[in-house]
Amino acid sequence: MEDMILYNRLQFAFTITFHYLFPQLTMGLSLMIVYFKWKFLRTKNEDYNNASKFWMKIFALNFAMGVVTGIPMEFQFGTNWAKFSELTGGIIGQTLAMEGMFSFFLESSFLGMFLFGEKLLGQKLHFLSGLMVFLGSWASGFLIIATHSWMQHPVGYEIFENGKFVLNNFSALFNNPWLWPSYLHNQMGSLVTSSFFVAAVGAFYLLSNKHSRFGKIFVKSGVVFGVISSVILAFPTGDWAAKNVVKYQPATFAAMEGIFETEKGGSEIVLVGQPDMENKKLDNKIAVPNVLSFLTYQRWDAEIKGLNEFDESIHPTNVPGLYYGYHIMVGLGTIFIGIMVLASFLLWKDKLYKTKWLLWILMFMIPFPYIANTAGWYTAELGRQPWLVYNLMRMVDGVSPTVSSGNTLFTLLGFVGLYLLLGLLFLLLVLKIIRKGPEAKMALK
Amino acid sequence: MEIFWFIVLMVMLGIYIILDGYDFGAGIVHLFLAKTEEEKKAVTNAIGPFWDANEVWLIASGGVLFFAFPTLYASAFSGFYLPLMLVLWLLIFRAVGLELRGQVHHKMWEAIWDKAFGIASFLLALFFGAALGNVVRGVNLGMVENGISTQEAHYFFLALWNPTFDPLAEHQGVIDWFTLLLGLVAVVTLTIHGANWIILKTSTSLNGRLKKVIFKLNFVLLALVVASACLWHYVKPFPLNNLQTHYWLWIFPIIGAVGLIGLFRINKFKKDSTGFLFSSMFIFGSFATTIASLFPTLLPSTNQINPSLTVYNVAAHEYGLSVGLGWFIVAAILVVIYFIIQFRVFKGKMDDVGYGEH
Repeated sequence: MEDMILYNRLQFAFTITFHYLFPQLTMGLSLMIVYFKWKFLRTKNEDYNNASKFWMKIFALNFAMGVVTGIPMEFQFGTNWAKFSELTGGIIGQTLAMEGMFSFFLESSFLGMFLFGEKLLGQKLHFLSGLMVFLGSWASGFLIIATHSWMQHPVGYEIFENGKFVLNNFSALFNNPWLWPSYLHNQMGSLVTSSFFVAAVGAFYLLSNKHSRFGKIFVKSGVVFGVISSVILAFPTGDWAAKNVVKYQPATFAAMEGIFETEKGGSEIVLVGQPDMENKKLDNKIAVPNVLSFLTYQRWDAEIKGLNEFDESIHPTNVPGLYYGYHIMVGLGTIFIGIMVLASFLLWKDKLYKTKWLLWILMFMIPFPYIANTAGWYTAELGRQPWLVYNLMRMVDGVSPTVSSGNTLFTLLGFVGLYLLLGLLFLLLVLKIIRKGPEAKMALK
Repeated sequence: MEIFWFIVLMVMLGIYIILDGYDFGAGIVHLFLAKTEEEKKAVTNAIGPFWDANEVWLIASGGVLFFAFPTLYASAFSGFYLPLMLVLWLLIFRAVGLELRGQVHHKMWEAIWDKAFGIASFLLALFFGAALGNVVRGVNLGMVENGISTQEAHYFFLALWNPTFDPLAEHQGVIDWFTLLLGLVAVVTLTIHGANWIILKTSTSLNGRLKKVIFKLNFVLLALVVASACLWHYVKPFPLNNLQTHYWLWIFPIIGAVGLIGLFRINKFKKDSTGFLFSSMFIFGSFATTIASLFPTLLPSTNQINPSLTVYNVAAHEYGLSVGLGWFIVAAILVVIYFIIQFRVFKGKMDDVGYGEH
């Protein structure tokens, strides 16, 4: 049983982590592509049109990767978590089915038109099809996070005698207090990834003296989108999301912040330290007194419950993982704000394109938003442990009863191998598109 | 309410099979029949702008299955764990082959991805046919051994095959001679269907050859259909009960038969769309006949102890199904609108799309 749960969790974690590398870029990028196309319609500057088409190529590649790695996600609810699907399908099936019907059809139909139909459609309709792709991808994120929110904070349900969760209030799924903060926080995270990506490609062009006109456009728009999104990512959306955790999952919050014991007279905020689970304390701690109490309750002496106040059986199963996930996310988020604020200041002073050291930094920042987004999702998902449906259904009760651990390990290894190959090929192709640059003759007609 | 969602699900699956079916068929044509670079281009151009939109029907059908019939979704997806995972991997391989082929101009590179695309398409067609075979044959629900259920009544697990390949053996496998036969039916059907799509969407030298191949393959298909219909009686006696009590259901086998027989006139069609229409009719007719003859059963039980899974005992609760109706109608109207727009933008031949030449 132990092995069975471990392999099922590893497989889901691995496949979803890999999958979300792609949508996190596409959701933010779709908005930026719409912006480039809009800018072209306003200014009639052909560069902006080419910029939108250049990014659409990268978008299309990401989208295809998102589709092929996304189908396994939907299948795995049934294949690996059959008991969970059987008992909660009447509820989470709603939002998942809506995602298929409302967003995937929208996205895929108009993506085809955006890629292949510029001449057939004319410029205005071409812009409109880009806008539709953007709407589709953001609707998809919304419905997935509605599903996620129900698992974190179940609403609008009753439980029948046979253990089945039955929906009794449809609109509650969308008024869930967990939903909007998580959604907005996540979308900002996605925008941060895409702004850093666009800015990094721009910085690369400027530093290597190629496609410099585009380099400037990319750096400028990446920095403008980046400064807005990275600030909103922390405040207010990150703040809202954290306050939800304090309110609805207090044991999780204690673990995230590394508070083993309740502190009288206000809690410190931990910047660095390693959880020592044997002795229930943090090693090598660097902390600022009372700040956490202030951030959480706006009072310096507010009391925050430590893990000691909760029964062991409801402690998150992986306290160190949760703690690190959270700290990596917050730490990187702070760095993002710093870099983007500095870059926008230099942009405003008209010095950014010549400030080589900052362009180098922008170029090498590419992987970090991916890491921060992933760490953020690990915080949310590890924070829900040991529950599948918070406070109502445990991990153990959700796995497929008839699939042996040997079979799960077989498919886990298969996914690892296949995705490794996919990842390499993806990198190869993205680098090829970037090297060719936006001035390359557009073969997409 | 269950019946409504049953019809919705079957219509969506039917659309998926007809649409992604031509993608798989085109892949098989690509593997066996397209010889020159120009012909291979014709095949990928014909499906290039469409394949990922077509796969959305699979995702959407999966979503509706999960939402409306969660118990069936849980039971079938965990029971058919291994074949489903193989299908997922093949779908990935196929997509990768299609997208990557044109990226590097080197003989080895092109040959590798051509084969990946073609073989994955072939195997997917085989697997989807075999899947239908498994549903017709039924499974050992509750994994009964010596008269005792070893699992909850609606759970099971199937190995990929058993050593005897006998559909009536105690320990069943996903692949036995019966499901393999239906797999072959699917391969031949989709090859014809894919060839018809290529004829409809492109205009190269390949098309004349494809028409001859369709004509010949149609004899094979006819023989396979007759054989599998007879053997169906052996595996599952009295399959056509429903059709004997509800005469209107005969419309489905008739549509299928018209499609199949009509294809023998492939060389005489004036319009390129007629062939595609007939192969779609055959697919729709045979799929609907199978579903109608099983109804209300969705997954038959092969033992006497646990009941079959039916439309009634696997559906979600009434309230959820009713609110679902509201959003589904809105979504369905939107989907039809997108489809019409897409159809009008991409009507006609696709020779100049230049698919995959990034």
